Amino acid sequence: MARLTIEHLRKSFGVTAAVDDFSLTVEDGELVCLLGPSGSGKSTILRMIGGFEQPTSGTLAIDGQDVTRLPPERRPTGMMFQSHALWSHMNVFNNIAFGLKLRRLPRAEIRRKVEEALELVGLAGYGPRQTFQLSGGQQQRVALARSLVLAPKILLLDEPFASLDQHLRERLREEVREIQQRLGITTLFVTHGQDEALAMADRIVVLRNGQCEQVDAPDVVYRQPQTEFVAGFIGSMNFLRANVEGGTFRHGDLSIALDVADGPAVLAIRPEDLGLAQAEGETGAIVLRSTDFGSHIMVELESEGATRVKAMTSPATRFEKGARARLSPTTYGVYRDNRLIASGRLTALPVTGRAHHAVETA
Amino acid sequence: MTSRSALSALRPGRFDWTGLFFALFLTIVIAVPLLVVVTWAFTEVWRYPSVIPQQFGLRFWHQTLSRADVWEALWISIRLSATVTLLSAVICLPAAYAFARMKFPGRDIFFLSFLASHAFPKFGLLVAIAAIFLKLNLIATFWGVVLIQLVGTLMLMIWIPVAAFQAVDRRMEEAARDVGASPLRVFWSITLPQAGPTIFAAVLLTFVSTFYETEGAWLIGAPQIRTMPVLMISYINNQIVVQYGAVLSVILWVPSFIALMFARRVVSNGGFAKGFGA
Repeated sequence: MARLTIEHLRKSFGVTAAVDDFSLTVEDGELVCLLGPSGSGKSTILRMIGGFEQPTSGTLAIDGQDVTRLPPERRPTGMMFQSHALWSHMNVFNNIAFGLKLRRLPRAEIRRKVEEALELVGLAGYGPRQTFQLSGGQQQRVALARSLVLAPKILLLDEPFASLDQHLRERLREEVREIQQRLGITTLFVTHGQDEALAMADRIVVLRNGQCEQVDAPDVVYRQPQTEFVAGFIGSMNFLRANVEGGTFRHGDLSIALDVADGPAVLAIRPEDLGLAQAEGETGAIVLRSTDFGSHIMVELESEGATRVKAMTSPATRFEKGARARLSPTTYGVYRDNRLIASGRLTALPVTGRAHHAVETA
Repeated sequence: MTSRSALSALRPGRFDWTGLFFALFLTIVIAVPLLVVVTWAFTEVWRYPSVIPQQFGLRFWHQTLSRADVWEALWISIRLSATVTLLSAVICLPAAYAFARMKFPGRDIFFLSFLASHAFPKFGLLVAIAAIFLKLNLIATFWGVVLIQLVGTLMLMIWIPVAAFQAVDRRMEEAARDVGASPLRVFWSITLPQAGPTIFAAVLLTFVSTFYETEGAWLIGAPQIRTMPVLMISYINNQIVVQYGAVLSVILWVPSFIALMFARRVVSNGGFAKGFGA
């Protein structure tokens, strides 16, 4: 079992830095997700760990042993590729057995290990099939078995479900998570799908432009995003932009007292943390549309300065199109220059009346 | 054109006249000359203006096959083609891999230079080479002909395998490195089998085209080294007996026929098209 240490990893292609001073420690048996938009450098990091790209600088160590300069075939890592990359001139058995044959294991042992691996991924008896006879999901399972059969110290998954349909993707990610937990194998997983990251990871690394924005457990990344980028990238988020003047953030008829220096700021509120109250007269945001999802209603509004916001409300109260509503956030974060500068919790506004906001600043 | 014929294929009642026209046209252009040659090979007397020969027979087959120089030429042709193909593969396949996968200075110019040897008027090039070979005492020797024919095979054996290697998915090669294969092992176990069918087709084409190559073999090899096509030309030039040429033509079909049979197996497996990225 293994621990992966990445220190000050840097990779430049010409003048552009694909990965810029990236450090991370993955603990034994942990599943860490590298999440980011395309071009954020997440695949490059994974390929450097696998040995397919040489870092410009920085070190990679597995269990304290420096592997930075080792070629892929001498690294204790196993990679699963986006396009499964099965060898189409070999059948399923030979695909999985290839690495074992290279290690000159006895024939009987190879057979036993391959069968075990096939059983692990739920494809027992598929050995003699040709790879092109399998469905997309089955091909990915064979690719997984091919990596796992060699018992790598670190398992690397490069967007392995990107080519599969939604339903299959959800099923396969549960299976992979289950196998990973059972084997206790240290795993790095690259994805641009946040639901995949939230569902599978022990910790999520959010990347942007080759730099790390935040490393935390999925619930922390979702509930306490440390940067404006993370706040916007994961889940759905409303952003209200305004200036803080005299310790008060004011946007439309919403005002919040903040213990921060005056200047521009961004208020971030999740739709589920944004309550709506009836507005009086010609104040408040205008309801553009409200969509009933059964369990909740998603109300879209236009606030001051043509800012669109979404609020998740209970089906008990209805907001008709064109009606006016006052925004009443319960939990919020405030960002300036991409950094979190304040966050807080407000007691929900009563449906009528204009009570003073009780503020508790974190 | 294609959409139209696809449409008519959908409508069962309509007859595809264009298709029939092309089929007939191709049959006439390809099959009739072949038919004439085959007929001549089995003819003893055929005088104008008769449409079919007056007398069929195998007399000229006996005469041709009993000649020692025919068998000698056949043996030389086979040995030459095999040697040239083998050497060409040994030289070109690693080069093709380098062109397809590696980056080195002057790569593109180098790559185009293989085309350049085919852009020249070939006979001029051959004469120039022959002058050099004369000084090196390579004229009228087996290896002289091998060298001159090798030049002719380079383009085919570089360009087709380059396309084949480029079509191999890099992830497949990386996956093999990942499970512990050295670069050499990856080439042997993954890249070559993936590109195999296309490369096999290139090797086959090289063999056949070398077998029928005439200009270089004649200019460098004559008079000692006489390949089958060269022998055929001298027969036609020296004696106006059509049957000799016809019989040799039919005999010369054998290697290309075998080659075609192999090629068919490759093509029907879909490997040929796959090598080109289909």
